[in-house]
Amino acid sequence: MTRALALGLSALVLVLMLASLLIGPASVPPMQSLRALVIADDPLMALVMRELRLPRSLLAALIGAGLGFSGAVMQGYLRNPLAEPGLLGVSGAAALGAVITLQTGLASLFPVALPLAALTGAALAVGLLALLAGPRGGSLTLILAGIGVSALAGAGVTLVLNLSPDPFAANEAMFWLMGSLTDRSWSHLALAAPFILGGMILLATQARALDALTLGEEAAASLGIDLMRLRLIVMLGLAAIVGAATAVAGAIGFVGLVVPHILRRAVRARPAALLLASALGGAAMVLAADIAVRLILPARDLKLGVLMALIGAPFFLHLIFRHRLAHS
Amino acid sequence: MPVKGARSMSVWRRGSEVVWQAGLVLVCCLMPALAQPQRVVSMNLCTDQLALMLAEPGQLISVSYLAHDPDMSPLHDLARALPVNRGTAEDIVMLQPDLVLAGRFTTTATVAMLERLGVPVIRFAPENSFADVVAALRAMGAALGRAEAAEASVAQFEVDRAALRARIDALPREEAALYYARGFTGGQHSLANEILDAAGLDNLAAGLGFTYGGQIALETLVLMDPEKLILGRRFAGWSEAQALLDHPALRSLPAYTRGVGFSDADWVCGTPHVLQAALSLIKAREAPP
Repeated sequence: MTRALALGLSALVLVLMLASLLIGPASVPPMQSLRALVIADDPLMALVMRELRLPRSLLAALIGAGLGFSGAVMQGYLRNPLAEPGLLGVSGAAALGAVITLQTGLASLFPVALPLAALTGAALAVGLLALLAGPRGGSLTLILAGIGVSALAGAGVTLVLNLSPDPFAANEAMFWLMGSLTDRSWSHLALAAPFILGGMILLATQARALDALTLGEEAAASLGIDLMRLRLIVMLGLAAIVGAATAVAGAIGFVGLVVPHILRRAVRARPAALLLASALGGAAMVLAADIAVRLILPARDLKLGVLMALIGAPFFLHLIFRHRLAHS
Repeated sequence: MPVKGARSMSVWRRGSEVVWQAGLVLVCCLMPALAQPQRVVSMNLCTDQLALMLAEPGQLISVSYLAHDPDMSPLHDLARALPVNRGTAEDIVMLQPDLVLAGRFTTTATVAMLERLGVPVIRFAPENSFADVVAALRAMGAALGRAEAAEASVAQFEVDRAALRARIDALPREEAALYYARGFTGGQHSLANEILDAAGLDNLAAGLGFTYGGQIALETLVLMDPEKLILGRRFAGWSEAQALLDHPALRSLPAYTRGVGFSDADWVCGTPHVLQAALSLIKAREAPP
């Protein structure tokens, strides 16, 4: 069952990556564009395919996988179906870290400062959320803490951008708070990939602990799970993934909320199995959304996060409604 | 181009009495002086330049804060002798001007406030062609009571223009792409289009059907493979919009490796400096690096 799901999702991701490579503002016959990936007999077409479309497609898959994965981890760790990095302000705090390094010029001196600062922002937000709501906190506390963190991070991003001497910076709160993959390059991918993949590997080692946690903290501790260590690793892993993803593509929300929910039943609600499935599902979802933004408004730079929120927010409201029914 | 903020409402709350008094003084006593205004305040970068060129010494008493910025203001040296204003109604009224020069689109709320307070305001539309430059020079000459200076400036402009026209005859016409931050470009009816034309270059965006301007996807630009690239001028700080101009795909273009032009301060406003912008392009074409 789970293996069939993983295979099916992998196939979907591959198909969507191919589609993502074939769609762009310049309409070129599919075979010609794919040919340009391998053979550079048309140097300009090769430039478009290799420097623009390929990194964009890979980055969409990578970031989607990271965000879907983090959503599953957060929901498993906090044992709360409403947990999601974008919604709870973790991505926003990462964006604040990124914007600060870019505006102070630190990012141009040490490129790796960018994901590191975003990681720090994300880690602070996760820590703050864990402190305020904690694994035992109810949904309401968690969501309220998330609103607080989001508002603070959003205000910080806007303030920093408004203080910038760059006249264009002030208009870019939209990019940082909504996210976009337009015109990303290999350097963005190189910057984000080690952190996202590293974070995913780190968190995957805790899959068994997350499974045990479904029985409750005491039961998990009696099974030999070191809760302090688990908390630290979850914080670090989440911060690495969300921080790096946000540093290069802005805060893309709702992926981590929607994807684990769609897939939860298929993996019989086991957090460990949900991790891989959510990573693949997240990759598919962000790839599909990034294709959609290019199809809906090809000439304008429609932000990826806008589309994700349009899909995700009604879903979120629906979840709250179901949550209420279950508790009444 | 940055837009000056219009924070008009705060004026009513902060020191509204002073503003009223100043307004009344202006209405009753300074209106007759309109024929040859003596206290002219400019609150727009482009009217700054025209007024700096044409005003009598002492006639212009304040320019916009952007006029001191060498990256945007061709006459920043001249402008430095004058105090700047930030373009708020309070700022302007305190200077007790008998004429205010403003842009048509940038500061509507502030201009409306000034007019309500009885300060004479003349608005200048952005210039989109060399014909507009000539018209703007004459309009500024009339506003300042300096028609003769304006006519001399127009005559010089036409002489310089003819000189450029003779100079580009020796050069082949080439296609150039204007590429600014966030992928914006200037179309058929833009000042930049006319600058390119004066330098013997055809505007790629005009060929694509852009009338005033718009965005070109980097992918589209790469596939168009223009012969020459003119990139937007760079500002300090950091933005995604400007980072686009460092994208490896753009930097790998043949036109980029041949050497790019930058649209500097001479490109911003419709003043005779646009010919300087065209001249720089021509020089670069005559002696490729």
